[in-house]
Amino acid sequence: MTIVALVAFSFLSAPLVGWAGGRSWPLVAAVPLLLFAGFCFFLPILPAGEVALETYRWIPALGIDAAFRVDGLSLTFALLICGIGTAVFLYASSYLKGAPRLARFYTVLTLFMASMLGAVLADNLVLLVVFWELTSLTSFLLIGYSPERADTRRSAQQGFLITVAGGLAMLAGVILLGSLAGTFSITAILEQAEVIAAHPTAPAIIMLFAAGAFAKSAQAPLHAWLANAMVAPTPVSAYLHSATMVKLGVYLLARLDPVFSAHALWIALLTGFGALTMLTGAVLAMRETDLKRVLAYSTIVSLGTLVMLIGIDGELAAVAVVIFLVVHALYKACLFMVAGIIDHATGTRDSSMLGGLRRHMPITAGVALLGALSMAGLPPFIGFAAKELVYETGLELSGSWVLVVVALVANVSMVVVAAIVAIRCFYGDLSATPKAAQDPGFAMLAGPVVLAALGLVFGAMPWLISDSLIVPAASATAGAPLDYYLTLWHGFTPMLALSVLTLALGVMTYRRWDGLRLKLAAITTIDLWGPDRAYDGLMNGLQRLAAWQTNLIQTGSMRVYVGRTLLTIAAAGGITLVARGGLVLPSFADSFVPEIAIAVILAVAALAVVRARNFVAGIVAAGLVGFAVALLFLFQGAPDLAFTQFSVEALAIVIMLAIVGRMPFREHEYRSKPQRRRDRWVAISIGLVASLLMLSVLAQPFDDRLSVFFRETAVPEAHGRNLVNVILVDFRAIDTLGEIVVLGLAAIAAAAVLAGMRRAKQEERQ
Amino acid sequence: MNSMILRATSRLILPAALIFSVYVLLRGHNEPGGGFIGGLIAAAGIAVHAIPRGRVSLTQLIFASPKTYIGTGLVIALASGLPAFWLAQPYLMHQWPFQAIALGTTLIFDIGVYLVVIGAVLSFLFYYLEE
Repeated sequence: MTIVALVAFSFLSAPLVGWAGGRSWPLVAAVPLLLFAGFCFFLPILPAGEVALETYRWIPALGIDAAFRVDGLSLTFALLICGIGTAVFLYASSYLKGAPRLARFYTVLTLFMASMLGAVLADNLVLLVVFWELTSLTSFLLIGYSPERADTRRSAQQGFLITVAGGLAMLAGVILLGSLAGTFSITAILEQAEVIAAHPTAPAIIMLFAAGAFAKSAQAPLHAWLANAMVAPTPVSAYLHSATMVKLGVYLLARLDPVFSAHALWIALLTGFGALTMLTGAVLAMRETDLKRVLAYSTIVSLGTLVMLIGIDGELAAVAVVIFLVVHALYKACLFMVAGIIDHATGTRDSSMLGGLRRHMPITAGVALLGALSMAGLPPFIGFAAKELVYETGLELSGSWVLVVVALVANVSMVVVAAIVAIRCFYGDLSATPKAAQDPGFAMLAGPVVLAALGLVFGAMPWLISDSLIVPAASATAGAPLDYYLTLWHGFTPMLALSVLTLALGVMTYRRWDGLRLKLAAITTIDLWGPDRAYDGLMNGLQRLAAWQTNLIQTGSMRVYVGRTLLTIAAAGGITLVARGGLVLPSFADSFVPEIAIAVILAVAALAVVRARNFVAGIVAAGLVGFAVALLFLFQGAPDLAFTQFSVEALAIVIMLAIVGRMPFREHEYRSKPQRRRDRWVAISIGLVASLLMLSVLAQPFDDRLSVFFRETAVPEAHGRNLVNVILVDFRAIDTLGEIVVLGLAAIAAAAVLAGMRRAKQEERQ
Repeated sequence: MNSMILRATSRLILPAALIFSVYVLLRGHNEPGGGFIGGLIAAAGIAVHAIPRGRVSLTQLIFASPKTYIGTGLVIALASGLPAFWLAQPYLMHQWPFQAIALGTTLIFDIGVYLVVIGAVLSFLFYYLEE
């Protein structure tokens, strides 16, 4: 079972899952389940501290390999991605039954899962960036599941822009780190950790990577997109925005922690922003009534906790990171799915309208309670062990009472959120809901039941995962093998006292939550001046800037616009040519008769363009100029170029004639005398500069190294005699690939603009 | 632009242009030609056919929207580089399994270029055609 085969399988299965998903078959869950089973084969290598590495050549010229690595950390993530993926795919097959665009949805969801797997398994930073950006892209498509709604479009764009901007910062960090270490291989970088951390560029690298990770993992003040992403269907929220995608930033930080763990800036950034995020999320979660948004803000609290724990140096912190990560993924995915079940069954997910659902949905109520108890950190759930470890990590640091207090506030908010979901909705008096509630079927319950049960099983028997997964993963995070034994009960310790205090404060806050929520919701400053508004301001500013500079350059008159462009080119080219002393004229001694004849044709045709009294004549005359140039290519021994030029000219004439028929062009000359005089000078200056430039180029001695290389290697290495084509499809195939991508995108963009113009015109007519 | 002359001649030009474009595409690696020019020739033939007949007939003629051609072409061009991975070579290193008849993955790449060019030209043209 090779790593690359599993990653390739996850990508290649996308169309199949899309096809099955389009029919809402529960079978879609088979793909993540198979992948989960596949990754389980790697479990036996972990306890011995082994690492599985695979390297394939990808871009050898730049030293970039398609390398994959399985160690404790990446395997923990891979198992979470596939395991929770199985639950989510199964859940979605029932939750979204009958919804539109399902085939596309499942295809993208599978591609997302595959990108996540690629990102956590990549052993090459460039490969990691590629998969990282793919998760942003697929997540954009998933958040924008209902593009008809304006809030969906805004949220999808916001999530995309923030995470991709972070990804760009990270790319810069990757390049800096890669050039510093001399390799992009993560394994090789981890081996020279001390040299890298001591280098003067380390602070810049840390800041760039932190920016990327913070954007992805929704750290304050970049947290707004995560809550807004709740417009996505619930399976997406449960999967992407609780258990997987937002954890990718955490993964990156954990992956690089062995390199920078002792760096003062790393510690300050991670603990500082982590703590800030915990408090922000805790306060914001208390203001909401929408179950999904409440859970989203509590996810932000958890992400802050994870980032803070990574920032803390030491073995205990590493164990705390991993156990908290697993615990959070289990209960958060479970509770999100419960929120979806409530929404599906009752028609609302506003917690202030819900109550007493236990009577109609006993199984869901039980599942919610199990998940919530793990979230609240009560024994014997694994969440208890996680919370104790967080406190222990904080207490171990001498004099950092601040972090313990922050952790206390965060954990109290966890207790409250858990109670809102599990108690408020299911206990107390029964509230009337838009739909009569009842327990859902197997497909929607299976995932939450298993995830909630695992929280209990792992809590009761921590040895199940302790040595096999948690400790190897923590060792990878710490960068050295650790010796730790995970237990639930630590005896009567200060951590236990803090846990009791957390619970007491949590229950107290929950009882007064209604009043507290109203008070917090009344603070409009958060809505008016928060980062979400700042994002709007930024986007509006960007649009205003674009409108301003477009108005500046494009006055609305095509002629002025073209004129300015040509004049700018002429001025830039002409000044450079004269100032740098490049102006030389070649000798015309060896020109031969056909060339002179073509030059005459060219001149006559050019004159005809200028003298043409209507557009049709002008277009044909301009075409003649093109054909004459093509003839020149032919005589100069470039039949390919001539061939292309002929085709382009023919097509250009056809298309221009098609356009002229639809444009309000006038038949006769409509420019005034001064306008004509001005246009003449524009034409003369660009023509003169272009001619002088070409002549100067011709006067230079010809460097034939490239031509000789291509002529000699074309047949033996590329099996082709047509040099132009061999260069295009073989020697420089990646350039051509880039060019056809640009060509295709430009055509699609232009088609969209043209379609918009046509629609506007039709509305005008009506 | 519903011209009788264009209507009549385009019926002859279309098949000639399509056949010629495929010929140009196939010979491209050794003789003047290739996917780009082939695509332009095919697009010119289709354009001449579509201009007098309008948008609906264009969609009928090419079976799909021009955007589909762009996407299909890009996927084919991207896929042509994958066999290299199999042989542990860098991406887009072209393979020649049938050297005797000069058939390699370069042709797959060129077919991708051919389709993208057709799709791009036609999607520009699409909105200028009459309904």
